Amino acid sequence: MHPALQGLITIVIGVGGCVAYYYFSNQFLDKVLYPPRGPRAGHNINRANLIRPWLFLFPALLALGLYLAYPVFETLRMSFSERLPGGGSAFVGLDNYSQMFAEPKFWEAMRNNMLWLIVVPGLSTAFGLLAAQLTDRISWGNIAKSLIFMPMAISFVGAAVIWKLVYDTRPIEQEQIGVLNALYLYFGGSDPQTWLTLPIWNSFFLMIVLVWIQTGFAMVILSAALRGIPEETIEAAILDGAKPFQVFFKIKVPQIIGTIVVVWTTITIVVLKVFDIVFAMTNGQWETQVLANYMYDKLFRANDWGLGSASAMVIMLLVTPILIWNVYNARKEMR
Amino acid sequence: MAELKLINVAKSYGPSIDVLKNINLDIETGELIVFVGPSGCGKSTLLRMIAGLEKITDGEFFIDGELMNDVPPAQRGIAMVFQSYALYPHMTVRDNMSFALKLAKMPPAEIEAAVDKAAATLQLTDYLDRLPKALSGGQRQRVAIGRSIVRDPKVYLFDEPLSNLDAALRVATRIEIAQLKESMPNSTMVYVTHDQVEAMTLASRIVVLANKGIAQVGTPLELYETPENEFVAQFIGSPAMNLLPGKITKTGAQTAVKMSGNRGEITANIKSTDADQGLEINVGIRPEDLVATDQPDYAFEGKVDYSEALGELTQIYFTKADPDREPVIAKLQGIHRNVRGKSLRMTATADKVHLFHGGQSLLYR
Repeated sequence: MHPALQGLITIVIGVGGCVAYYYFSNQFLDKVLYPPRGPRAGHNINRANLIRPWLFLFPALLALGLYLAYPVFETLRMSFSERLPGGGSAFVGLDNYSQMFAEPKFWEAMRNNMLWLIVVPGLSTAFGLLAAQLTDRISWGNIAKSLIFMPMAISFVGAAVIWKLVYDTRPIEQEQIGVLNALYLYFGGSDPQTWLTLPIWNSFFLMIVLVWIQTGFAMVILSAALRGIPEETIEAAILDGAKPFQVFFKIKVPQIIGTIVVVWTTITIVVLKVFDIVFAMTNGQWETQVLANYMYDKLFRANDWGLGSASAMVIMLLVTPILIWNVYNARKEMR
Repeated sequence: MAELKLINVAKSYGPSIDVLKNINLDIETGELIVFVGPSGCGKSTLLRMIAGLEKITDGEFFIDGELMNDVPPAQRGIAMVFQSYALYPHMTVRDNMSFALKLAKMPPAEIEAAVDKAAATLQLTDYLDRLPKALSGGQRQRVAIGRSIVRDPKVYLFDEPLSNLDAALRVATRIEIAQLKESMPNSTMVYVTHDQVEAMTLASRIVVLANKGIAQVGTPLELYETPENEFVAQFIGSPAMNLLPGKITKTGAQTAVKMSGNRGEITANIKSTDADQGLEINVGIRPEDLVATDQPDYAFEGKVDYSEALGELTQIYFTKADPDREPVIAKLQGIHRNVRGKSLRMTATADKVHLFHGGQSLLYR
């Protein structure tokens, strides 16, 4: 059969199946299980209304359970086991963890992740706030906003490719196509630098890519929050004698601090999981390793699923508390 | 301690949208001036121009003889109370009230003294450490007023400060503002409202704004007793003044008017000249000034369409005689049972009759 036809049939069956599930399960509930008639009509209606949300949520819960919850436990199990030659596995306790903690590459990844964690959310939020405040005040602000937001539409790998060109290095006798080297030479640098191989600096060059992407996100959310500030409080502050900087830091920022925290923690979670940018630009070489790429290295390159799962658990442990705080703050904001 | 002077002040947005023009106004020290007008008449805009939140497009504005057109708001010596209170939600009551003083780098001890004093006057002492969200509407408005008081400004500006309060609280806060004004006889206040009861009770003078300009300036009773034009006549007083068409038949120290529709003649204590003979005019009579009569000379005869008995008075709505005009309304003292459907003749004494030609009162010529 033609693959396009197969695809079409799959879509029809899939979408039709979903529609059919919701329709027929609802019909079953209302007509067969708890029909709204007879001596217990009121009771039946209440029952049906109690069950209906669960009925409709069931497919989503099943998919999430199967593809999110189950893998967490399976990964946990795998992190305590070792693959045996010829198939099967054996329980090895905390061996994988102790082996991982003994590897310098793991600690390099931890250190880099901490650096990313400090630099990227802070810079993205700060730039986003700045961009939000400035673009609200100028006539072409919406164009500026679209431009700043545009990197959000680019995949991490695409962004990495773009920035790899920015950091590109050509021999001295050739024209530099990398903007950074072109500038470096223009301002008196002697030799073109291979930026991505300069330890510690190269990590920051990678971080810039993520800051570039996340600033747009921070700006959009914070801009909406800034617009939600009652205009009168700002006018009152002006009448009270506040200068523009004082209005911004003493009146505006405190009123949107909740949103700032949500943006900050959301970007923090993205940062903890950062993989694509490092994978595409340096692949963790020259001391740029991060946890997600370390996990990928172990899991899919070295085929060591014990160690790979152990590092995955470490990432999850780091993300969970921030995620909980993020959800808590986001809920508080909604109220 | 401040005089405000507006000379030919105008506001427009772009070349085509005029909001206000030719505003000339002198406000004396210690006055409480109320701006009233229908919504959209520019009364808030005028207040915001005085505050410095809106640019003055044309004309000149002085405080104590100093040109203020380009002086930033904070240096004009004004304080403003907003309709929505505009409290800083993240600051306690104390911080809200001391914010301006802190910005002015006043010593902390003086700030504390000023805040405590204002809080005591406004009965806010127990709430100083609360956030605005933990206060009731009336308390919030008192904090907003306190925030103005601590700065000891030359001019207080109020932008519909009572509109967000419920009816009972509105009356209580209105009295508090009146008392506050009495305790500070030297401070000048400008107050914007659309509520004429607030205007009548608080103002030393009222400025009625309409049609992009000032319709009349005067004390509350001047506006009520001798309105300059039909707009002010109908705007001040509730229900609005009745306007009935007629023609001048006798001129002199008193003017007699023959009412149209073959009704009687009515006399007004208004001077007119021989040239006015036969002039088509509108006779204005307030609902509360109409009295029933059985004399051959009367201002209006009509069938009672509807009546509202309020106990102390009975409000009567007559059937429309002319579909283009508002129905005539009369307020009769006391209780009048079973007037509905009856035909009544109404008139008014000569000193309660107003005459308008072309919208302007014959008194002001």
